[in-house]
Amino acid sequence: MNIAIRNGRVIDPANNLDQITDLFIGDGRIASLGEPPAGFIADREIDATNLVVSPGLIDLCANLREPGYSRKGTIASETAAAAAGGITTLCMPPLTKPIADNTAVIDLIEDLAKQAGNARVLPMGALTQELKGEQLSPMHGLRKAGCIGFTNAREPIHSALTLARCLEYAATHDLLVIFQPQDADLAAGGTMHDDTTCTRLGLSGIPESAETIEVARSLLLIEQTGVKAHFGQLSCERSVKMVMEARDRGLPVTADIAIQNLLLTDENVSGFDPNFHLIPPLRSQLDRAGLRHALVADGFQAICSDHQPHELAAKQAPFAATEPGMTGLETLLSLSLMLVQQELISLPQMLAKLTTGPASVLNVDLGTLSPGSSADICIFDPEQEWVLTRENCRSAGANTPFMDFPLKGVVRFTLLEGNVVFQQ
Amino acid sequence: MFEQQDPNLIQLNSAGQLKHFLTTEGLSREMLTEILDTADSFVDMSAQQVKKVPLLRGKTVVNLFFEASTRTASTFELAAKRLSADVLNLNIKTSSTSKGETLKDTLMTMEAMHSDMFVVRHSDSGAAHYIASNVTPHVAVINAGDGRHAHPTQAMLDMLTIRQHKGAFEPLTVAIVGDILHSRVARSQIHALRTLGAKEIRVIAPTTLLPRHIEALGVTVYTDMLQGLKDVDVVMMLRLQKERMQSALLPSESEFYNLYGLTEEKLKLTHPDSIVMHPGPINRGVEIETSVADGPKSMILKQVTNGIAVRMAVMSMAMGGQMTEHQAERGSE
Repeated sequence: MNIAIRNGRVIDPANNLDQITDLFIGDGRIASLGEPPAGFIADREIDATNLVVSPGLIDLCANLREPGYSRKGTIASETAAAAAGGITTLCMPPLTKPIADNTAVIDLIEDLAKQAGNARVLPMGALTQELKGEQLSPMHGLRKAGCIGFTNAREPIHSALTLARCLEYAATHDLLVIFQPQDADLAAGGTMHDDTTCTRLGLSGIPESAETIEVARSLLLIEQTGVKAHFGQLSCERSVKMVMEARDRGLPVTADIAIQNLLLTDENVSGFDPNFHLIPPLRSQLDRAGLRHALVADGFQAICSDHQPHELAAKQAPFAATEPGMTGLETLLSLSLMLVQQELISLPQMLAKLTTGPASVLNVDLGTLSPGSSADICIFDPEQEWVLTRENCRSAGANTPFMDFPLKGVVRFTLLEGNVVFQQ
Repeated sequence: MFEQQDPNLIQLNSAGQLKHFLTTEGLSREMLTEILDTADSFVDMSAQQVKKVPLLRGKTVVNLFFEASTRTASTFELAAKRLSADVLNLNIKTSSTSKGETLKDTLMTMEAMHSDMFVVRHSDSGAAHYIASNVTPHVAVINAGDGRHAHPTQAMLDMLTIRQHKGAFEPLTVAIVGDILHSRVARSQIHALRTLGAKEIRVIAPTTLLPRHIEALGVTVYTDMLQGLKDVDVVMMLRLQKERMQSALLPSESEFYNLYGLTEEKLKLTHPDSIVMHPGPINRGVEIETSVADGPKSMILKQVTNGIAVRMAVMSMAMGGQMTEHQAERGSE
C-alpha cells in the first residue's frame, strides 16, 4: 500500500531534519520526502497538518509478561499499548516463565508478536541459564533465534569470574550485553531510595552504592573483555558519570534512563502510594538533576519506559509488599514531552533519545525516516492534552502514578512497516 | 509535579478531628496535647472500682495482629473493653497470605462483620495507611505498629509518662538509645517530641543501627553513649532484637552491652532527676542492667499502665471523629 503523509512537521533526528513537508511510503518502506517518487499513486492520504511526523519510537526495555505472567499482560495487549504510544519497536527482558534462555521461548515470543502485529518485539536473552548467575546461556543460538542482546536483568551474578566468562563469550561472538545494575546484597530487599524519605517512612532502603558498585565492577570487566555493553535504566548521577567517563576512555558502552527517573524523585513516595514502588527506585533530587544534566550533555543514548504492567492485586497491599514497577508504554511520549515543555531539551533532541539513540545502541537500521528504511512512523500532536484513565488504558496494567494526570501529546497514527497499527 | 502528601489528609476529618490514628507525624501540638489530656482523664479511672465507661458501647473493635505481640495487644484489648466495646482478637501471626488470602481480602471479611474499628499491627511499613485508605468510610483505624514506620500509641504513652514526671517538654533533653534503624517507636517518639517542643532529641547508636540522614528528622546523632547521655533528662532505651546480632549489624551482645547498654554507671552521666524508659519487652543484660530496669528512675511499668489510658483516649477520639464526620455527611445529604 502506498501512503502519503501530507503537511506534517517531519522530524528525523538521524538526518537532522525538521521541516514541514510530505512523506511518501511504498511497500512498507520510506519512499521519499518532499516530492513523491515517479509514478507514485497514494492509496491512502494522511493529513498531518499541525502534527509531528517522526520515526516510530524504540523502547529499550518493556516487559510484556508473556509467556508465564499473562495475568499481568500479554504480548497482544502490551504491544497494542505500545502502538497507542507511538512505539514501533521494543526490547523485552528475559523475565518470562520459563526464563528466555532457550530458543523455544524466543520462538514463542516472536510468534505471538507476529500474530499480534502491533509492534516489533526484540527479545533479550538470558545471559546465564535461568538467570541463576552460574552457567552461560547458549548465547550464539539465541542470537540466531532473534535475541537482540543478553542480560541477567537484576538477578545477581555473584562470581566475578562467571561474569567475566559471560562477557568474554559474548565478545567472542560480538554480542551486546545489557546490564541492569543492582548489587543484590546491598539492595537487600529494599523498596525505595535510601535517604530521608525512606528513613521517615521506615521502609528499607536501596543505597546508591547498590547500583554504582555493580556499574563499577561491570565497567572493569567490560574493559578487560572488550565486550559491547549497554547499561539499562540507570538511576544515579554517579552511575551515568562512570559510564560517560568509560566512554571517554574508549569503551564501547552506552546507557539509557527510564523516563520516570528523569521526572520524579524519592520524595514522591511520601504517601505510601504503591505506584511509586519502582526498581530501580526513584532517587534523590540531586540524582534527578544529574540525570537531567547528562541528558543535556548527551551522556546517555536513550530514554525508555521500563514498562512493567501488573494485575490489580499486585499493587493492593502495603507499599513494601507490592510488586515494583509501573506501566509506561502509553505515556512514554507524553512524559518525554515534559522534558521539552520544561525547556530542558528541544523536540528533535527528545525524539533522538526515542529513535536514533536506541537504534544506535542496538545497531539496527531503524529509528529513521531515511528513504529505503522501514516505514515505522509515529504521527502525534504535541500540544493536545489527554488523560490516561483505567477506561482508556490499553495495557493490561493500570499501575502508574500518572493515571488521571493531565498529559500533553496525543498519538494520532502509528505505522509499522507501512501498515497503520494505531489510529485515533 | 506531585506534591508531598500531608500525613494528616488521611487521619483527620473535615473538622480537623482525629478519625484514624496512624502516625504522630504532622499532628499539631494541640492535637497531641488533647490526646494526652484525654488519656490523663482515663488514668484515674483505672484506679476506680468500676473501670468502665460507655464511650464505645455497641461498637465492635477488631484487633488485627499480623505480627506477634503480647503487651500491645492486651493493652488495646483492655482499653477497648474499658470503653465498653465488643472486642474480637485476631492473631494472624504468619500473615493472611499464608493461606493465599491478601490483606485486602482479610479486611473485606472483617468489614462484612460490621466492625467499627480496626487496631492493626503489621510487619510492613505503611500497612495501617493502606488499611485506612481502603476501609469503608466510618471505620476507624488505629496503628498498633507498622514495620519500621510508626507506633504512635507507644510514643504517646511515653509522652504521657514524661509529662507526668517532668511537666513541660520545652526544657527537656531526651536521648533515644539502641536500634534506631528498625524502630518504629523511635520514629514516632521523635515526631511527638519535636512537636511538643522538647529542647533537644538525641539518638545514640552505632552507625549500623542508624538510618541514613536521621538528622533530617531533627535529632542530634551520637555514636558514643558516654557523650550522648551527658545531662539528659529522659533516657529512652529501645529493644534490641537479638536475632539482628547475627546479621552483621553488631559483633556481639556483650560488645553492644559494653558500649550501649544502660548501666548504673552510665546513668550517673544523666541529669540527677532523669528518668529511664523502655517500650518493652526488655532484654536484661543486653540493653539495660537489671538494677536500672527495676530501679527508682525506671518508668517501665508506669508506661504499661499509661498505655491503657492512651489507647482508650485515641480509640474514643477516633470514634468520635468518625461519628462527627458521619453526622456532617448525613446533614449535608
